[in-house]
Amino acid sequence: MSDINTQMADRYKNNFLKEIEEQAEMGEWVKMCMQCGLCSGSCPTNFHSGWDHPPQEIFMLIRAGKREEVLNAQGMYMCTSCYNCYVRCPRKVPVTHVMHGIAEYAYRIGRAPKNQPTMHLSRTFWNNATKYGRVNEVKLTQSLYFKDGFGSGVKKGMEMQSVALGLVKAGRLNPLEALGMGHKCKDLKGIHAMLAKAKELEAQRKAKG
Amino acid sequence: MAETKTAAYICKGCEIGTRLDTDALVKAATKSGKMNIVREHDFLCSAEGVAMINNDIENEGVTHAALCACSRRAKTEAFNFPTIAMSRGNLREGVIWIRPDTDEARETTQEMAEDYVRMACAEVKAMTVPPGNQKTGSVKTLLVVGGGMSGMTSALESSKAGYKVVLVEKSAALGGWAAKLHKRVPTREPYKAPEDNGVADLVARIEADSNIKVYLNATIAKTDGAPGRFKVEIAIESGAIAQEDIGAIIQATGFTLYDANKLPEFAYGKTPNVVDQAGLEALAKAAAAEGKPITRPSDGQPVKSVVFVQCAGQRDATGTHLQYCSGFCCNTSIKQAMYFKDSNPDIDTVVLFTDLRTPGNGEDFYRAAQNKGVIFSKGVVSQVTPNGNSCTVKFTDLILNEDTEAQADLVVLATGMVPVSGVNIDAPVAAPAEAEAAVEGEAPKEIVATIAPESILNLTYRQGPDMPQFKHGFTDSHFICFPYETRRTGIYTAGPVRRPMDILQAQEDATGAAMKAIQAMENAGLGKAAHPRAGDLSFPTVRLEGCTQCKRCTVECPFGAIDEDEKRFPLFNESRCRRCGTCMGACPVRVISFENYSVNTVGAQIKAVDVPDEFSEKPRILILACENDAYPALDMAGMNHHEYDPYVRVIPVRCLGSVNTIWITDALNGGYDGVMLMGCKHGEDYQCHFVKGSELGRYRLSKVGDTLKGMNLETDRVKDIEVAITDMATLPQKINEYAALIKSFPPSPFKGF
Repeated sequence: MSDINTQMADRYKNNFLKEIEEQAEMGEWVKMCMQCGLCSGSCPTNFHSGWDHPPQEIFMLIRAGKREEVLNAQGMYMCTSCYNCYVRCPRKVPVTHVMHGIAEYAYRIGRAPKNQPTMHLSRTFWNNATKYGRVNEVKLTQSLYFKDGFGSGVKKGMEMQSVALGLVKAGRLNPLEALGMGHKCKDLKGIHAMLAKAKELEAQRKAKG
Repeated sequence: MAETKTAAYICKGCEIGTRLDTDALVKAATKSGKMNIVREHDFLCSAEGVAMINNDIENEGVTHAALCACSRRAKTEAFNFPTIAMSRGNLREGVIWIRPDTDEARETTQEMAEDYVRMACAEVKAMTVPPGNQKTGSVKTLLVVGGGMSGMTSALESSKAGYKVVLVEKSAALGGWAAKLHKRVPTREPYKAPEDNGVADLVARIEADSNIKVYLNATIAKTDGAPGRFKVEIAIESGAIAQEDIGAIIQATGFTLYDANKLPEFAYGKTPNVVDQAGLEALAKAAAAEGKPITRPSDGQPVKSVVFVQCAGQRDATGTHLQYCSGFCCNTSIKQAMYFKDSNPDIDTVVLFTDLRTPGNGEDFYRAAQNKGVIFSKGVVSQVTPNGNSCTVKFTDLILNEDTEAQADLVVLATGMVPVSGVNIDAPVAAPAEAEAAVEGEAPKEIVATIAPESILNLTYRQGPDMPQFKHGFTDSHFICFPYETRRTGIYTAGPVRRPMDILQAQEDATGAAMKAIQAMENAGLGKAAHPRAGDLSFPTVRLEGCTQCKRCTVECPFGAIDEDEKRFPLFNESRCRRCGTCMGACPVRVISFENYSVNTVGAQIKAVDVPDEFSEKPRILILACENDAYPALDMAGMNHHEYDPYVRVIPVRCLGSVNTIWITDALNGGYDGVMLMGCKHGEDYQCHFVKGSELGRYRLSKVGDTLKGMNLETDRVKDIEVAITDMATLPQKINEYAALIKSFPPSPFKGF
């Protein structure tokens, strides 16, 4: 994977802004930021310790050509997709999408940190949803609980026991989903075909870029 | 003039008749006011009421009328009798609307009303009808000094309005700074690309305009006279002097760029690759003439990277450079970055700014530049070092909070505007009078004079050869309320000499100044005052036999209207006068007066008030209120029925500057318990309609404490407050607080003398 990283770095030499503009989804918006800082000020994860570079700084780092700082940054993974920044940006920059675009690009070239929790969540969620055509809640919860090993998974499960039972009683959770039963989508094959086509189109687009 | 016949009219409309005992008011006007005719009317401002007054003027020979109805600011169209002297007693806004309709209040409200009737009668008897200025000048030619964008616009706009214009330009060609620009910041939709500088079009229109006479290579050698009758001598290159009769003047002398040589840290002068914004325009113009892209000055190689340094020598807090933002340079740098990006998108253009300020539609232009790939970084440049044919720009990145650097083939410094405003006439050469020095204040003068102080207008005015300056060398204008107004009647400044601005703003400014100049010429021809007492026909007259030649009036006049004659007596130039009365307030021997506003008209009102004896527990408080802001605020307090103390008696004055201290001593000697003065804000953010009037008035009043001590009175009995026109809700409160304070003092010992 690091090969792609080196390839990309070589391809764009010192022009990281151009690299982001062409490779990351919505990257062409980076140049339109006017550094007002409203995005950073609006971000609910503002006070989180993992928040090393807020969006304003990520934009600035990209424009200053600081490739390593950006790709090592945690800021873009912290996004909760609340869309506060997007709504408030006076320049109408889709900050949320740009952050996801950068995170996705970093992942694509093998620069996303291992076991990054939000990255893990979104991957698990994606795999789960695409596999079943809709989210299998029991399996999703299981895979998240047991992420750090069997012991901690059981512990977390026990902690949440009463909540789970409550949900079952209220008919909001079907334990049979653990066995691949329960709610299913109507046309799983169709969904898989759609996703395959989308993937194909995206690959074409990225090859062009 | 015919025999004096006085009349008083009491209106009973608007509930005056039901709230007040009008029979008693009639009695007050007849007995105390001693008016020849006294009439009541149910609805005085109606056609019938006005006809009654007109009938008295025509058939009874009434020459002086006291109209006791509403405020002098109300019903001015109905009560318009230009042939007679007229005063107004404010019974509506001043009495019934600010008093509660209760049994307890009735007595004091009635006393208030009777006093206002007596005051109006006394005032009008001390007035005469202004005959109008006989020494008017009727020249309707406009002089425009400076042939840049502002000057050319003023000339064209005046010509379009049908006036002759004389345009004087110091250099050999019209166009000013704009002519030196390769292109200008866009002026119309979609504001995305630089456009033609527009000079050629304006010059062609001026050359084709038969109303406009242009002097090139010419300066103003002498400006003598007053609006409507200026005699201007124009020094032409050949050494000859041309003389022109001028009605009004627009000074559009523009600016120079702040000298980049004062910024050694940015390597200006050390390498040709560091230029100021004008330097880059010159490079762009030269390159365009050859049809090539801009090259590096040091070796003629293509430019690959440019750094723009914003606020170079501007917005400086240390006091060494310009303290202000020039407002145009951000847009200019955006435009100049586009010169490069439009020729080759691969050229790196970085604008280093602290705050990007893009007035007008500059935001669209800014966005367009971002779209074109211009990089904007928030950073403060500390140093530029030449580095072979390149430059190293050291700066602090304000977002990433780190010191960093960039390489650039070309560095452009945005150095900002310095006004070309001529001699600073207030600069302390040898402090002339104590009063003036004190007015100037103790603050050390900021030194910005980077241009040789050469006079531009060479006015023969006693107060100095050029326009008074405000801050940073820009000419003074009433920036809060009337931005085109200056402190020299009939002379208007337009464009960057007045405040920093870009071309579009300067053109708008120039159009406004042209409009004001035309207005001033027309008013001068009719003997009427210019703003803010527009249309006023009165003018100051001086009883020279009483004058002690103390020069206070000539020094204090905010508009430089008063010169000295050969015998060193004050010489009034009526068409320069704004009728503020500052001279009248200043005169220690009280020989200056207006026909309808004088020491006597106010003095008579003060004396007309009935001052009850010390046992009645009814104090009397005199309020002298500025007619521009404070009096309207009081009227509006009335309209909103905000109540205030019944013991105050309000007399409007033209300006706090016109308040002669004799009024205060007279009032206190006459048994008033206190005197309150209401004037506009003065100082740096002044709101005084006569610019300096309230400041001068306050300076004079600061000495009143000694008088009070001499009279053995509490110094708090005289109070001066700043009032804005918006203070209608808080003003009654302030009056009541002050009245409460006065009531806490023992009654004035001067009552009954």
